[in-house]
Amino acid sequence: MPDWSIDIIITLIKIVVVELVLLTGVAYTVYAERRVSAFIQHRYGPNRVGYQGLLQPLADVFKLIMKEDIVPERANKFVHSLAPAISLFVALSTFAVIPFGDKILIAGKEIKLQIADVNIGVLYILALLSLGVYGITLSGWSSNSKYSLLGGLRSSAQMISYELSMGLAVLGLILINSSFRLDTIVMNQYGWKWNIILQPIGFITFLVASFAETNRTPFDLPEAEQELVGGYHTEYSSTKFALFFMAEYAAVIVSSAIITTLYLGGWQFPYLQTFGLPDMAVSIIQVLTFCGKTAFMVFFFIWVRWTIPRFRYDQLMNIGWKVMLPAALTNLILTAIVITIIKLNS
Amino acid sequence: MTLVFCRTYLSLLMLINYLPVILIMGFAVLLAVVMVKFSTLFGPQRPNKEKQSTYESGMEPIGSARDRFSVKYYMVAVSFIVFDLEVVFLYPWAISFLNFPPQQMLYSLIIALLFILILVVGLIYEYKKGVLNWD
Repeated sequence: MPDWSIDIIITLIKIVVVELVLLTGVAYTVYAERRVSAFIQHRYGPNRVGYQGLLQPLADVFKLIMKEDIVPERANKFVHSLAPAISLFVALSTFAVIPFGDKILIAGKEIKLQIADVNIGVLYILALLSLGVYGITLSGWSSNSKYSLLGGLRSSAQMISYELSMGLAVLGLILINSSFRLDTIVMNQYGWKWNIILQPIGFITFLVASFAETNRTPFDLPEAEQELVGGYHTEYSSTKFALFFMAEYAAVIVSSAIITTLYLGGWQFPYLQTFGLPDMAVSIIQVLTFCGKTAFMVFFFIWVRWTIPRFRYDQLMNIGWKVMLPAALTNLILTAIVITIIKLNS
Repeated sequence: MTLVFCRTYLSLLMLINYLPVILIMGFAVLLAVVMVKFSTLFGPQRPNKEKQSTYESGMEPIGSARDRFSVKYYMVAVSFIVFDLEVVFLYPWAISFLNFPPQQMLYSLIIALLFILILVVGLIYEYKKGVLNWD
């Protein structure tokens, strides 16, 4: 077999494994959310289907598939089907550039634990995150329902406002790493040199912007139940609704993975090389470290959702434009000045 | 001739890095389309007029959703374009900043700060004009 075909097969295997893990992760994040919220509110949560309710996600999927797909009469039929597809597409393909481990040696072949090793990783992530606005805006518009329209409008205004601070927060990282490559950014965070320590303001800005981008509480205005029923997905049912649901939780997982990669050291396990473990064990520990950090961030997303109440819309926009944007700009300017001072003194 | 060939080959070599991206996007599109098609496969299909009418808390829908909405959203979109372009222009500067020799570094920092200052003035102007007020 020629060399390039082996590479393609390896890539395909990586894609299938990552997507399967991601989709299983989505199912169990929904389960975890219900259990954690129950724990926080002193309830039981789902605990009947299977051991401790572990088969609940499977039952939910079957239920949603067996439901009738209702498309409102006055909706734009094509866009109505297109919107959930866009949402899921964005959530699934963002994972392409995230490194989930260093390198692993299998049968004498060195395999990089990253699906696509491209030199514009950060730009790719930001580009796909901004594509995510389309899914929600189009679903809100195409349903031809007032609740959906308001949800979609709020959501698009919210997402573009916080996207600015997100892009600016990442700029600070690019200044100190001088690269768009995510694996370089992770490599530079060896030991305890995590970017959360080097870029605390940038980290907080990015974290808050991630919450807004994934439409999670305290920024879940697009689907504020009390005023907008279901928000942008009011008119969706059956698998199309499931697609939005999956896209939301996939976005939570992907955002956690991005935060882990950019600020929490990615797959780096501090001082792992000094323990003298075999290469294989090192690789596996690194992948597990990545999964562990991501899982912690997912838990953090859930934790915040069930602890903090929702913002009012004017508060939300005020924070986006009057607090987040200046904070991100300050972070950028401070980073540049500190770098210049260090460089000029050395 | 050889040069042209070499260039094409090199650019193809660059693009080969993006093959996995295209593959994963293909996978995502496939899954999304299959799932959308799935929606009519298993579930019952018994549409009626009431079921297909727009949801409005159980009342008869009043008017259409294709209506005018607040101009504020438009203002946010316009400001977004300005500031997003600012961020885009800052990316090339940010990525090459560390590689500048020390004597040019101060110069590039001052230029970037001037650029940011102009946009900050714009932000303050918007703030004073009340574009960012939502009440």
